[in-house]
Amino acid sequence: MFPRPIQQRSQTAQWVYAIALPLALILWLFPLLGVAITSVRPASDLAQGNYFGWPSYIAFENYADVFRNTPMLQYIQNSFIVTIPTVIGSVALSLMTGFALAVYKFKANLILFFMFVAGNFVPFQILMVPVRDMTLSLGMYNTYWGLALFHIAFQTGFCTLFMRNFIKALPFELIEAARVEGVSEARIFWYIVLPLMRPAIAALSVLIFTFIWNDFFWATVLTTSPEAQPITAGLSSLNGQWVAAWHLVSAGSILAALPPVAMFFLMQKHFIAGLTLGAVK
Amino acid sequence: MSAYWKANQRRLAPWLFLAPGMLMFAVYVIIPIFQSMWISFYDWDGLGEATWIGTANYVEMTTDPNMRKSFVNNIIWLVLYLLAVPAGLFIAIFLNQTVGGIRLYKSLFFFPFVISQVVVGLIFSWFYAPGFGLFYKVIEYFNGTGIAILADPDLVTYGIIAAGLWPQIAYVMILYLTGLNNVAPDQVEAARLDGAKGWKMLYYVILPQLRPATFIAVVVTVIGALRSFDLVSIMTSGGPFGSSRVLSYYMYETALSEYGYRMGYGAAIAVVLFAIMMVFISGFIWKMWRDETER
Repeated sequence: MFPRPIQQRSQTAQWVYAIALPLALILWLFPLLGVAITSVRPASDLAQGNYFGWPSYIAFENYADVFRNTPMLQYIQNSFIVTIPTVIGSVALSLMTGFALAVYKFKANLILFFMFVAGNFVPFQILMVPVRDMTLSLGMYNTYWGLALFHIAFQTGFCTLFMRNFIKALPFELIEAARVEGVSEARIFWYIVLPLMRPAIAALSVLIFTFIWNDFFWATVLTTSPEAQPITAGLSSLNGQWVAAWHLVSAGSILAALPPVAMFFLMQKHFIAGLTLGAVK
Repeated sequence: MSAYWKANQRRLAPWLFLAPGMLMFAVYVIIPIFQSMWISFYDWDGLGEATWIGTANYVEMTTDPNMRKSFVNNIIWLVLYLLAVPAGLFIAIFLNQTVGGIRLYKSLFFFPFVISQVVVGLIFSWFYAPGFGLFYKVIEYFNGTGIAILADPDLVTYGIIAAGLWPQIAYVMILYLTGLNNVAPDQVEAARLDGAKGWKMLYYVILPQLRPATFIAVVVTVIGALRSFDLVSIMTSGGPFGSSRVLSYYMYETALSEYGYRMGYGAAIAVVLFAIMMVFISGFIWKMWRDETER
């Protein structure tokens, strides 16, 4: 193990570590803690210049204000309506593409695989004008579907990389044996491979949920009004209206951060397994 | 029909499985790349008739001061963003212990990566806010006068990059924590018996074993640096006086914002950004290709 376990070091070193650990964490999360505290600080505190002291009381009214005076609830709802179909769609498509690229040998296999991988890394700007144009002409501009369809297509790139590598690591003998028995390819996919994919599906679902929930660029390019805008775009436009109303900005930020954070804590193992794919050989 | 299917199932099945995903990916990703290249040779406002102007957009770019500024900022982003790699490694080493509650510590250190860049941008705007922001106050305490980072044309880019580094370091950290977890213990013990420790141990024994993690960390950091859009948009909208623009933001500005719907020029900027990124993507693909064909 590297570094040497702290238990094998001197008593002093252990004490220093025990103090340094929480201290480092507080420093690391300081901006976030500040915003969390500001989100429950009454507006009157800010007006009197009490920016850093304890709030004179815990003002949950900031959150109530945000919900009452802005379309925040609608934004949150929009985010869910865009994110959930995207997760389902891109996972479903990539289960099939990943299966095809992992199990079959054909000439274009590697080329297609690398096309998905490379496509996943291109800058969004090179897609922006044509995708916006297409969405407009399909009549899906400023709708959930316009946004979700693009996300499904784009995320298929990353998901295919993930699924293909996962299926490639499964024991191929299973598939061979089934073929000898005369099982059709569709049934092999459905009854043999799919049940083994649960961990991959879980890992990808949490990752894609977080990516799409946090997407800002496509939300600004493909939606314009609160009927369809997800929370990232909504928060950005509210930020323009709430000039220096930091207690409201903070409350809105915390609300936008909550769902992915909850997702991360509930599915931590899967999340990290998905993110660190390929970090070890 | 069914006899044909029986005989050729194995040959046809992959294409049927690929069809829906490939169709979606082609329509929304592959074809638009070429469309953008095509549009970049036109003068087009997005609504009316498009006029073919050849390479005029690219010629204009060479003398466009905003383009130059964005490009320089992109290089600054790229170089400074790579600091996330050593910083993430440092935190990973710091956290790679087995004391009580360490799992929770690791999760909380990872926190900034989970939240949206929009929220990160707002958090740092508050942190830098002139007059009462914590960062402003600290500078004021040591320096006498505070610095309004986001309003200073010379410093603004560095302020935004610092905000971007926060989640990026968290990401790199988690890659290295996973990597450290898989370092072969017998090699470490053997090196320890030979008297290796500290920096020497890190450099000669640990880092070579962390190479896959380092590779991915560099790839995601480079891509992240060139994709930087959210933070610039949220924190400064490219200002003050366009001094925090990067290519991705400048492209959006020319093509879609109030400065005018110049789709052709915007597409040309996107093509340049794409070309820069393709250099890195090709390197990545080339390495993956080698790994795949070696097996």
